[in-house]
Amino acid sequence: MNPAYRRWQYWLPRPLFSLFLALLWLLMVDEFSAAHALLGLALGVAIPFATHGFWPEEAKIKRPLPLLRYLLVLLVDILRSNLVVALRILRPARHLRPGFFSYPLALEDDFAITILASTISLTPGTVSIHYDAEANTLLVHALHLEDEAGMVADIRERYEKPLEEIFR
Amino acid sequence: MTNIDMPWYLELVIVAFLLFGALVALIGSWGLAKLPDFYTRLHGPTKASTLGVGCTLIGSLLYFSHQQDGVSVQEALVTIFLFATAPVSAHMMGKAALRRRLKGIQGTRNMPDR
Amino acid sequence: MIAAVIPVAMALFATAALLNLYRLTIGPDIVDRILALDTLMINSIALIVLSDIWMGLGMLFELALLIALMGFISTVAMSKYLLRGDVIE
Repeated sequence: MNPAYRRWQYWLPRPLFSLFLALLWLLMVDEFSAAHALLGLALGVAIPFATHGFWPEEAKIKRPLPLLRYLLVLLVDILRSNLVVALRILRPARHLRPGFFSYPLALEDDFAITILASTISLTPGTVSIHYDAEANTLLVHALHLEDEAGMVADIRERYEKPLEEIFR
Repeated sequence: MTNIDMPWYLELVIVAFLLFGALVALIGSWGLAKLPDFYTRLHGPTKASTLGVGCTLIGSLLYFSHQQDGVSVQEALVTIFLFATAPVSAHMMGKAALRRRLKGIQGTRNMPDR
Repeated sequence: MIAAVIPVAMALFATAALLNLYRLTIGPDIVDRILALDTLMINSIALIVLSDIWMGLGMLFELALLIALMGFISTVAMSKYLLRGDVIE
């Protein structure tokens, strides 16, 4: 029976994350040399080793291609949402009909829920405010709430279905 | 400020990014100053200011990629960092406001009573 | 052209920062003040980057990254304090 420290997983809990950290280091110093690559790799091994006790379990990204499409949709929606919010801000405040609604989540994975909540905060007139872990709902505040069911359906179709596909 | 022969179209793109970013950020801060209650004020900074500063950073990225040799990716890192953290801080502030039982303005629908 | 536009953009961001200061002084709740400080941090990042182009240095990026980090961490810390500070249940 091997003791824990004999296995490579003990020293390198997240190989991909270590690679990502090394790449991030190279981008930060903006200098691609062998010395900096080595230093980045050393940091990439040392940081996950020192901190992996704090992390939740790993999220599994099953399909990277829909993730790219999701990011593109998100980019377009951020621009669109900014126009919507800017118009609402410039118009007189008495035209506003703000309101809360709770969004029933279908996702289970913590990481996917985090991404969905961030997406809701970045897109048209909505900010996610509270996550209820027992009922598995998100409390969302909308700057202009007219059609509650339509908004829920919109979020479901546009963001949650693709996320389910990515993290299933 | 040194301006070594930059093609006019690149200059135009950078100027467009800088001005658009500044305008959007100004609208976001205007919303922060004028909107009637905390929950509506939360919308301006999370969306408009983040996009405005993001556009400014991208303009700066284009400028320095042309001025200096190679691509300067560091501004892109700050942009990604801002876009990743803005929703999180908005979520935390919203939670704190709910816990302090801040009231929404008259006509806020489904105000949670916690 | 860029040399003419940067002061304009800086003026717009400075106006934005003044609006944030206005919200910071009138409040009315502490959460509004946290939000105003957070927005002020974000706007100051843009001001730093613009003055970086203006002076032609290309080395103030670390400053922008540090301020972004400090702003995020202090906002989350203050919100967290408010969440824990008034536990009545």
